[in-house]
Amino acid sequence: MTRALALIPLLIAVVFGGFFLWGLNPDRDPNDIPSVLISQQAPEFTLMDVEGLATPSFARTDLVGNQGPVIVNVFASWCVPCRAEHAVLTQLVEREGQRLFGINYKDKPEDAVRWLTELGNPYEMIGADSTGRAGIEWGISGVPETFIVGSDGTVLYRYVGPVVGDDAVKKFREALDQAGAMEIEAGG
Amino acid sequence: MRHLILLIFLILPMAVFAVEPDEILQDSVLEQRAREISKELRCVVCQNQDIDSSNAGVARDLRILVRERLVAGDSDEEVINYVHSRYGDYVLMRPPFNLSTAALWLAPFVLALSALLIGWSVLSASRRRKTAAGLSAAEEDEVARFIEQNKVSKET
Repeated sequence: MTRALALIPLLIAVVFGGFFLWGLNPDRDPNDIPSVLISQQAPEFTLMDVEGLATPSFARTDLVGNQGPVIVNVFASWCVPCRAEHAVLTQLVEREGQRLFGINYKDKPEDAVRWLTELGNPYEMIGADSTGRAGIEWGISGVPETFIVGSDGTVLYRYVGPVVGDDAVKKFREALDQAGAMEIEAGG
Repeated sequence: MRHLILLIFLILPMAVFAVEPDEILQDSVLEQRAREISKELRCVVCQNQDIDSSNAGVARDLRILVRERLVAGDSDEEVINYVHSRYGDYVLMRPPFNLSTAALWLAPFVLALSALLIGWSVLSASRRRKTAAGLSAAEEDEVARFIEQNKVSKET
């Protein structure tokens, strides 16, 4: 018994060491909050037209019954990382033919228009969420956030923060492929 | 006296709320309920702070939402469920007990229990060592045999 007790400090050291090892893992993001929306139906939300923008607003019905998965991106002109992400999203639309919907989060319409004129508008539809209420429906914690919605209106993926950099783009593209692959399986 | 004033000024900032005047409801009963609910909801960007005391934009939006739901006639539980269904367990300051939160809830009890068990076993072991003055039956036998043997060898 006494000999077994001598092992307790070692056991404690192993437990703590394991915990520290887990905590030091660079892939672990303590700010990462799991989304409840994943593999659930896209929420009901209301968006307004962005004043002075030709691109129309959209609703939940526009996300359902599409040929393949669509991307829903929450952005704002005041959001600096969105600027970097814009190029990635544009590429996804122009080179790969992805469909992109934008939620213009808590933005002034004139700022949003200026931003899109300057950088280009890859969005098929853009709705304004001036109060942040649609953002709450989507359970977002900040901008930018990007969702992938399947053709049946199921939210398949959520990316928090800008989809910028090789790792992030790779992850996002994998999720897109998976969303598309699932679509083919369901269709066939 | 000067120390007292200093103390008051040190404590004062802690009592200042994040709730902005334009958010506060006219109905003081509803406002009180809103404050109580806000203390149960975690701010999703400034972690480990409730939305009642957070200045973050999302926290403000949620505070306004809570008040809107209350004005619309929701019960406290309905309001919390509304936010919970959108942000998940994370948004609750007191997460519900389920499979993924079991470790969180049970760990303190398990740790306390194991500490008590270890302490008890260590203490009882040391007490046993002190009182173990007598010999066991087998040892007693051995001693008797040894003495007997010595007696025999002395006689010869």
